[in-house]
Amino acid sequence: MAISKKDLIHVAYLCRIGLDEAELDSLTKELEKIIEYIDQLKKVDIKNTSPTSHVLPLKNVYREDKTIPSLDPKEVLQNAPFKKDNFFKVPKVIE
Amino acid sequence: MDYETIIGLEVHLQLATESKAFCGCSTKFGAGVNTQTCPVCLGFPGSLPVLNKKVLEFGIKVGLGLNCQIQNFVKFDRKNYFYPDLPKNYQISQYDLPLALDGFLNIQLKDYEKKVRIKRVHLEEDAGKLIHVEDTSLLDYNRAGMPLLEIVTEPDMNSPQEAFEYLKTLKAILKYLEVSDCDMEKGSLRCDANISLRKFGVKELGTKIELKNMNSFRAVKQGLEYEVNRQAKLLDEGKKIVQETRLWDELNSVTSLMRTKEEAQDYRYFPDPDLVPFILEEAQIKEIKNNLPELPEGRKKRFTKDYGLSNYDAEVLVEDKALADYFERCNKIYPKAKNLANWITGVVLAQMNNRNKNIGDLKLKEKDLVELISLVDEDKISGLLAKNILTDMLESGKTASIIVQEKNLLQISDTSSLEKIIEEVIAKNQLSVKDFKDGKNNAIMFLVGQVMKASSGKANPKIVQELLRKKIS
Amino acid sequence: MSLAKLSIIQLREKLDKSEIKPSDIIADLKSQITKIEPKIKAYAHLEEAAFSTEFKSSLLKDIPIAIKDNICVKGQLTTCASNILTGFRPPYDATVIQKLKSAGAVIFGKTNMDEFAFGSSTEHSFYGPTHNPWDLTCVPGGSSGGSAASVSADTAICALGSDTGGSIRQPASFCGVVGLKPTYGRVSRYGLIAFASSLDQIGPLTKTVSDNAILMNVISGYDPKDSTSVNVEVPDYTKSLINDIKGIKIGIPKEYFVEGMDSDVKKAILESIELLKKLGAEIKEISLKHTEYAVSVYYIVATAEASSNLARFDGVQYGLRVKENSLIEMYKATRQDGFGKEAKRRIILGTYALSHGYYEAYYLRALKVRTLIKNDFANAFKECDCILTPTNPSPAFKIGERLSDPLTMYLSDIYTISVNLAGIPAISIPCGFTKNKLPIGMQLLSKSFNEEMLFRVAYTYEQNTTWHKEKPKI
Repeated sequence: MAISKKDLIHVAYLCRIGLDEAELDSLTKELEKIIEYIDQLKKVDIKNTSPTSHVLPLKNVYREDKTIPSLDPKEVLQNAPFKKDNFFKVPKVIE
Repeated sequence: MDYETIIGLEVHLQLATESKAFCGCSTKFGAGVNTQTCPVCLGFPGSLPVLNKKVLEFGIKVGLGLNCQIQNFVKFDRKNYFYPDLPKNYQISQYDLPLALDGFLNIQLKDYEKKVRIKRVHLEEDAGKLIHVEDTSLLDYNRAGMPLLEIVTEPDMNSPQEAFEYLKTLKAILKYLEVSDCDMEKGSLRCDANISLRKFGVKELGTKIELKNMNSFRAVKQGLEYEVNRQAKLLDEGKKIVQETRLWDELNSVTSLMRTKEEAQDYRYFPDPDLVPFILEEAQIKEIKNNLPELPEGRKKRFTKDYGLSNYDAEVLVEDKALADYFERCNKIYPKAKNLANWITGVVLAQMNNRNKNIGDLKLKEKDLVELISLVDEDKISGLLAKNILTDMLESGKTASIIVQEKNLLQISDTSSLEKIIEEVIAKNQLSVKDFKDGKNNAIMFLVGQVMKASSGKANPKIVQELLRKKIS
Repeated sequence: MSLAKLSIIQLREKLDKSEIKPSDIIADLKSQITKIEPKIKAYAHLEEAAFSTEFKSSLLKDIPIAIKDNICVKGQLTTCASNILTGFRPPYDATVIQKLKSAGAVIFGKTNMDEFAFGSSTEHSFYGPTHNPWDLTCVPGGSSGGSAASVSADTAICALGSDTGGSIRQPASFCGVVGLKPTYGRVSRYGLIAFASSLDQIGPLTKTVSDNAILMNVISGYDPKDSTSVNVEVPDYTKSLINDIKGIKIGIPKEYFVEGMDSDVKKAILESIELLKKLGAEIKEISLKHTEYAVSVYYIVATAEASSNLARFDGVQYGLRVKENSLIEMYKATRQDGFGKEAKRRIILGTYALSHGYYEAYYLRALKVRTLIKNDFANAFKECDCILTPTNPSPAFKIGERLSDPLTMYLSDIYTISVNLAGIPAISIPCGFTKNKLPIGMQLLSKSFNEEMLFRVAYTYEQNTTWHKEKPKI
């Protein structure tokens, strides 16, 4: 399956990555090659095969409903590029 | 023209666990900004989720309470989308294999009963809170990672009233299951609605509108009523309904456009590799089922059958679990169930409504209410006076007998004291006396009222009436 | 001789005999770093070493260890060698760091890597490439290139790396050190900044097989903070350091010995097989039928998971924020400037593989082929105790040589990738040199939770060879 520049623009939007024209062009070409290669999987017979999401047969891993101390807000916000009081701050979100 | 209204509801319920869904942060309401957060619920790099066992248990309870099929294979998926209230820019949710499927609940309307089908119940994590100020938005992640249950109905409701009743019934069940405080004001229960209209007899559904921002059941009903009218008017004018999301504006009682449906969202769901599957054994589900508490429907049946209550009284009591519990506790020391139910659904409920308090906050001890009722039963005070005494009890915290004593409110039943008052009343109201003699039976009630007034409500109205009749005739 | 050149075991002996003080090791490491680091550039961050305050007696007490820059160390820069995590200091330790600290180890420096572990050459680092100590014009391999290079150049005593598709083993082989990728679930991933959650494992890079076993003893084990860590007992791996492989069945997958293998590599591997045979091992040809699909499966599964794991780097809570007026522009600009080329390529590929209409064609199909690859190994281990392969078809390549051709770069991971898809453990140990004196690595694979087998065979091989004693001349 070929990937077009238009597809790429859409996918880049989905993952919120800005790309300039040069990046768009080179990425389109590179991804085309990669996708052409991975299309080899189409020839594998997978009719009676179930998918492997986890390599180990782990199941039912929980914790009990107990609280543990939260982080100090100072630590929560120590890496914040922008903050106000104890809030993280972002450009205005328009619904 | 008349249209058929089709409504489906989507409820998000915050589960009342101690700790969040995937980390040990507290879920307490009202904590300081970002004080109930940790690397996991903040989505800090390197952190990993581990499921709170109780979240799954609560989910199963709700699924069973809503008559759903609990799925044996439970997994979590990532729902990927960018939004600043979502710390990881994906939400841990359930996609193709929800926890519970295909349930129903019965709702009771004035003249009919109806079954509303539940399409699916799934677990997910809540997002943080965005606060908009001037030109920026601020983020508090205390709510991020709180356990949520999404309960989706089939489009089975045909009027805003049905939607209202569904929510009332659902809330009652959830309260009985003790899985959530269901407080819409605190956001622990949120409801979105889908509504469309179609001509009667038409098979295909009309274009649906998603309705959001309703902060009470009443608002859901009002919002839907507004939409029914708005959409009917558009259809009458031959206009097309456009698929969109609208917001209920409580202040102006209108809905307004939030956004038109853009192209379908692409959430890129896939199984969360950080969480392993959960295999629920039949025995385990059965055990939870066997330990489910009595639910409102069963309790109502029991109240009418075992206590002989009217449908109405049973309904009113059962709808409020705490009140029904209160009724049953009172009943242990006061076996006249029907009389007790009358008192609770009448006088007590009126006090709750006036004060906007629930039964617990009213602080009315069972034995104190029973004492009050018994005073009336024993003709020591009149029913009329009892209402005032109850108000006094709630305000002063004193018991009925103390109030009666302090204010000298014992009913006057001895004829000699009453006769004096009666004679005065007769003398002052000759016109009414004549009316009574002329056969106007109502006049006697007026005279009884006058005696009651003159005795500050203390006279025993039954004896007063007897004496009056004797004297006049 | 500089203490920096010694192994954990040698330092332990000197410390226990009080011949040296812990600060002597740090002093020698620092002087070695002053001399060598400008040429190798193995470190992303070198901050003051954090001595443990615990006084437990442990083999690791007072031993310095270098940590790959994608493992969280409380209060220390942890950036995944990416601009987008500029300045990030996690307020918590990864579980492996906690374990190391409570064993008394000294956390010493964060090593360079391909950004977010995306790569096999450590060229994709925001801080610039790391150089191979054996030939400064060559790459050290990747993505744990800094960890491998520092251990090889004696600027670290030992190191932790992470391995998603060969990121410990391939650089270990390029730099002539020992690198182990443990069984998936053996070592907690808590605090490892995720690349592909279902494939990632943390593992040790060391000068000898014995040192590797010592580190594994400390970092392994169940962690209630990681749902995918396995609650089974951890054996004492040092007990597997036995110089005896008589009767052990070693499988040689025929699919791995086809075109494209460097002739020096092939020669070294065949000679190693001969040696192991002489030492008493039974050599068998086995088949791993679906090997040719491993790279495709890997690049779908790994990039899909990565696209979601890396969504959180958006300029809101930590790291880089490019200032823009609108939220969407802020996201796009931050991620455009914050991620390097390879990271963008993989995030976009992964997003594509999961996006509407392609999920079944790519992601779901890849998960199914992954099952077939896993089954290949299950069948193979019915016939043999471990499997032997080259770690890489060729030795270290020149810096810049493969940058313009990502697909070729991906394909060179063919021998290491299947292991992660199957979740099994594998070790790479030095097994020779090319004519140009570049190290060659041999890879041993075993069943899940049978690292003991790897240690035993690797230790026996090491005891009967001298490759690991050779040092690069820098």
